Amino acid sequence: MRPHTITEKILAKHAGVKEVTPGELINAKVDIALGNDITAPIAIHEFRKAGAKKVFNRNKVVLVPDHFTPNKDIKSAAQCKILRDFAHEHKLTHYYDGGDVGVEHALLPEKGVVVPGDLVIGADSHTCTYGALGAFATGVGSTDLAAVMITGELWFKVPETMRFVFKGRLRKWVSGKDLILRVIGDVGVDGALYRAMEFTGQAIERLSMESRLALCNMAIEAGAKSGIIPPDAITKEYVEKRAERPYKFYASDPGAGYSDVLEYDCADIEPQVACPHLPENTKNVRDVGKVPLDQVVIGSCTNGRLEDLAVAARILKGRKASKNVRLIIIPATPHIYSEAMKKGWFDIFLKAGAIISPPTCGPCLGGHMGILAAGETALATTNRNFVGRMGDVKSNVYLSNPAVAAASAVKGFIVHPDDVVK
Amino acid sequence: MKFKGRVWKYGADIDTDRIIPARYLNTSDPKELAKHCMEDEDAAFASKVSPGDIIVAEKNFGCGSSREHAPIAIKAAGVSCVIAKTFARIFYRNSFNMGLPILESAEAVDNAASGDILEVDMDSGEIRNLTKGASFQAKPVPPFMQELIAAGGLMESIKKRYAAG
Repeated sequence: MRPHTITEKILAKHAGVKEVTPGELINAKVDIALGNDITAPIAIHEFRKAGAKKVFNRNKVVLVPDHFTPNKDIKSAAQCKILRDFAHEHKLTHYYDGGDVGVEHALLPEKGVVVPGDLVIGADSHTCTYGALGAFATGVGSTDLAAVMITGELWFKVPETMRFVFKGRLRKWVSGKDLILRVIGDVGVDGALYRAMEFTGQAIERLSMESRLALCNMAIEAGAKSGIIPPDAITKEYVEKRAERPYKFYASDPGAGYSDVLEYDCADIEPQVACPHLPENTKNVRDVGKVPLDQVVIGSCTNGRLEDLAVAARILKGRKASKNVRLIIIPATPHIYSEAMKKGWFDIFLKAGAIISPPTCGPCLGGHMGILAAGETALATTNRNFVGRMGDVKSNVYLSNPAVAAASAVKGFIVHPDDVVK
Repeated sequence: MKFKGRVWKYGADIDTDRIIPARYLNTSDPKELAKHCMEDEDAAFASKVSPGDIIVAEKNFGCGSSREHAPIAIKAAGVSCVIAKTFARIFYRNSFNMGLPILESAEAVDNAASGDILEVDMDSGEIRNLTKGASFQAKPVPPFMQELIAAGGLMESIKKRYAAG
């Protein structure tokens, strides 16, 4: 048998075949199917319209109303109620409501719902996050979700894989977010279109799970179908106390075929900032120029985890956000919220003048909890800076890691963290 | 399947937030979504689009979110089909699943301007620009996707399987 990539192996296993080849169409069994308050209502409508009576497996259909919750208006409340009623009707194990809601792609790994070796589909483009655990995970639409809710299977085209090798050690203040922003800046927002991105190298082997999740989270911003990191000791340490099912580690074979191999020396990678209005408009933070800010958001499925809040707390300790800046901090899950509070970070944040939001996607997609007016500019640790993404069509969003965001909140304009923490 | 309509031409990397901004995603009613279709790219679009009109765009149309509301809004606005140099992956999949005809042809895109009248034959993939008097061949739709369309979309094919037990 020819050598295979980790992605090809996971797909072959779930398709029940010995091997798969890029370009081949397969029908594969799905381990976890995810929907949220925006995408699941359409899927549930399609599910009912098809005459389906039962979900294929009540442990494998996951609903997380996280985008417009706590319900921001009457229409959103109606959407969320569709999920709630469906979850109760079908006795779904993994339905999260009220104080159990977290941002889906932070919540599922934390709860051990997604495990290494899984094939996961989610009606949310950032489903690719779970590649950090060594799973194949990809975003689909609501109709695809409906199909899986009924059958537990879906068709896939086996993607080619691009390999990214990160050599050396990360510089100070550089995280998984900066690696992926740098990659998107190099390949463009469609540079990995239809393909899988595999991240390897010494720097990845040393990268924390939280940074890995942030890295894989933004594979979609390069147009990729999925992002994946081969599981290792760091993966094992993260999943063994969480996994609710048996898991399996897959690895790429030496000599596996890649459509491209890109190598980076991490000594060359500075904290990155993506300028409006595409994630590919990346620059080294020192090359951005003086950009005055009206708002800073630290949160989201990209960077709302403990490691992210830790670095923000480290920078904000004893400092205040600029009077001109609304600093909004959104712990991504109830667990992260609770841990951050226990560690005393909430005191630091509140003294810095920050607003602490309950877990929600909120402002990342211009939903609620921090919307921009025309002419306003935000720096956010989120994943997209499209036109109008966080509010008015004439507002601007810059993207960065949490250290740059926290330091910039203090200064009132975009800065390198070294300019704040000496 | 044949369409004839007026071109609305847009640039590269038109993301799903521009096709249907997230602030309107607190509903999935196609008529409501259609009212805001393309709003952040072209505020005049929703009020001026006519049934049968065709969106023509550069590369990577529909990038960003997985929201099926994007092809739903375009279809409900009366657009007959979308022609782009390339489509973002999830948008491509969603369009087939919910029945919005889409075609890829770099040449047809390069030669079309807003207001041109196009005639599109989905079966043969021929795109005729009647205004310019030119004809182009779209990239063929993969056979698997053609089967999906012939079956009436993904849910119809599943319904058949479901009914068969």
